[in-house]
Amino acid sequence: MAVELPRTDVAVIGLGAVGGVAALPLTEAGLQVVGLEAGRWQSARDHAPDELFNNYRGWPDSVQKANREVPVHRRNPSAPETRASLHPMMNAVGGTTLHYWAQSWRLNPWDFRVASETARRYGASRLPAGTTVEDWPFGLEELEPYYDRVEYAIGVSGQAGNVEGAVDERGNVFEGPRRRPYPMPPLRGTGFTELMTGAARQLGWHPFPGPAAVNSERYGERAACQYHGFCNRGGCHLDAKNSTAVTTIPRAQATGRLDVVTEAHVRAIRVDGDGRVSGVEYVKDGETYVQPASVVLLASYTYENVRLLLLSKSAACPRGLANNGGQVGRHYLSHAQLGGVTALFPHDLNRWYGLPAQGVAVDDWADDNFDHAGLDFIGGGNLWVYSDRRPIEAASMATFGRAPSWGSGWKAFVMENADRTCGSYLQKTTLPYEGNYLDLHPTITDPLGDPVCRITADYGENEHRINDFIQDRMEEWFRAAGAIDVIRGGLGTMGPTTHAYGGTRMGDDPETNVVDRWGFAHEAPNLGVLGASVMGTSGAHNPTLTAQALAWRTAEHLAANWRSIAE
Amino acid sequence: MSESLSRREWLKRAAVAGAAAAVPVGALGAQRPEQQARAGTSFATLAAAEGETLEAITARLIPTDEHGPGATEARAARYIDHALGGALAASLAAYRGGLAALDRFAETAAGARFADIPADAQDAVLRAVEHGSAAGFAGSAAFFAMVRSHTIQGTFSDPAYGGNEDFVGWELIGYPGVRTAVTPELQRMDVAPPARHVSAYDYPAFAAARTRRTRGR
Repeated sequence: MAVELPRTDVAVIGLGAVGGVAALPLTEAGLQVVGLEAGRWQSARDHAPDELFNNYRGWPDSVQKANREVPVHRRNPSAPETRASLHPMMNAVGGTTLHYWAQSWRLNPWDFRVASETARRYGASRLPAGTTVEDWPFGLEELEPYYDRVEYAIGVSGQAGNVEGAVDERGNVFEGPRRRPYPMPPLRGTGFTELMTGAARQLGWHPFPGPAAVNSERYGERAACQYHGFCNRGGCHLDAKNSTAVTTIPRAQATGRLDVVTEAHVRAIRVDGDGRVSGVEYVKDGETYVQPASVVLLASYTYENVRLLLLSKSAACPRGLANNGGQVGRHYLSHAQLGGVTALFPHDLNRWYGLPAQGVAVDDWADDNFDHAGLDFIGGGNLWVYSDRRPIEAASMATFGRAPSWGSGWKAFVMENADRTCGSYLQKTTLPYEGNYLDLHPTITDPLGDPVCRITADYGENEHRINDFIQDRMEEWFRAAGAIDVIRGGLGTMGPTTHAYGGTRMGDDPETNVVDRWGFAHEAPNLGVLGASVMGTSGAHNPTLTAQALAWRTAEHLAANWRSIAE
Repeated sequence: MSESLSRREWLKRAAVAGAAAAVPVGALGAQRPEQQARAGTSFATLAAAEGETLEAITARLIPTDEHGPGATEARAARYIDHALGGALAASLAAYRGGLAALDRFAETAAGARFADIPADAQDAVLRAVEHGSAAGFAGSAAFFAMVRSHTIQGTFSDPAYGGNEDFVGWELIGYPGVRTAVTPELQRMDVAPPARHVSAYDYPAFAAARTRRTRGR
């Protein structure tokens, strides 16, 4: 028998990157919010600089809900299934913003208008066959105020490239106009990033330090980054990484209107006879609770957002919540972020310290920042190199065909070269396709018996062509900086990653989208969906800041239109 | 954190590391690493014979040679043995089966258990295991990859987990050590940061997490 709790205004499912942001404008507007979080609070003292714990063991002393419901992947309906042992995301108050790289990019203007801009500049025939891409229901200018609010609320370090139309060559000259600079200057450079910056300039490119939700200087009550490393899947012992657990969530709690419920494993969103959502069902310490709410904001990760909607079946929604139109799970894509280029230099690079967000970017080959008239693809990639090396990772380095993989020859090679290698992070335009989707697995379940998410998806020809092109550019950059050898990684496939988009896409047309332009379900107007699952395109940059800006916008819209949405 | 405590600890560690580095190359090479290891290791999870085989494998993967100490001195096998009783418990069956299959293959191919055949014969056995061509050893390539990755973990991870003894792994690759603050000078390309070999859990801020993290290792 479920325990029925007192009603609240808003129940937020998941207090991570997006739920943790949305809680702030909601509570500041006077709404009562219950935040249901599967994980627990982590503290700065949990964040020891320990590579084994962070990168190999999956934070074993945190709540392991995600790792018990890792999605199953197959490239297509007749391909074999594979299942990883660890989920790319984690459970905690603050969610994966505790251990993400904290790269906090805005999307470029083109990313909102891929379909129409491609048709306008090159002709509609240049859109890849089978893609279901649509323009967003609005452009960058609509999201700009919310990017700005999030950048200042959590704290983002960076160098502006375009303030109200005034282009600044020190920043990203390709970014859309912003109303003001970042709240903090960019993270500092290193000897290695200076080498790469100089090489990019020699090539005539426009290198710049990337934006990061990491404090380059003291920000409010929180310390500046000390560049000690272990930030890659590691938490910050100084709270200098601006996870929502140390930024927006405590501020929302300070209003007295956010009730944080930890270790709450949500199993379903409840629906009344009219198809409106009425509350959330969750399990905590073995007990089932129902949290009635006037509005529910679904703010878990892409796979879990889709899964929870599909698990929330009722008489009014027999195919799952907000899915009478059959769009839940559609337009899924997983960012083409593998396929890096790794270089070998003839000298030490001293990349032992720093963080993955301390680096140098090139955007000249991203989006439509270059002419595609003579090319056989649309879109492009962002090039990123950074200062981050850890000992187990270093010893696991590639040997470039120059040494065996173990024994004395291997040992001599790594002794000489452990600090002479450098990878690159190449995020590339990724499109949604007709055959790619998420649904529930027919047989594999979590320990409670609920089916896990199943991914059926693979990259298209366009992604592979971008990959070849971008790897050429990255090799060119490394060679210009003096690299003596490179190897190229494979692009892989669309398995579970930290950059999963779609499944509850946002758009005006209810025939092809799950949520409207404000993030509320076309079929259930008091259900909002937050996260990259509403995004229809990826751009060539990390999604978190965009997902957070969208979340803030949805929350602000809800507060401003409370009566029409909630009552 | 207490600066004096950590500095004292650091000096102690540095003295140990310095002493190890000062051992003449020939002296290290002349040691019988497997004997040394057997004398010092009692296995917590694996049976003694399994542990000996594992010890001998790690000694060939990252050998003690003219370039200095390897997995034996780092005590990578001890790390794996402890972890198999805790964080890596899911791999225990794969280890038991794989170590037994590898010994059977060594007896067939070289006439004795793996730990008791000469180094060059051990290398030939490991190559067959690595390439999946060891007769009667199904799944040997996956076993090899697993042991290799755990040997690297045991040699290069934080010493709190029972490997990387005396920081020999970090010395081997020139990792300058765990710091909690890094100045711009330490990120220049023309300077090598001085080694500062302490465990993350030697810092008072993280001492409380040590037991929880490394229980069962």
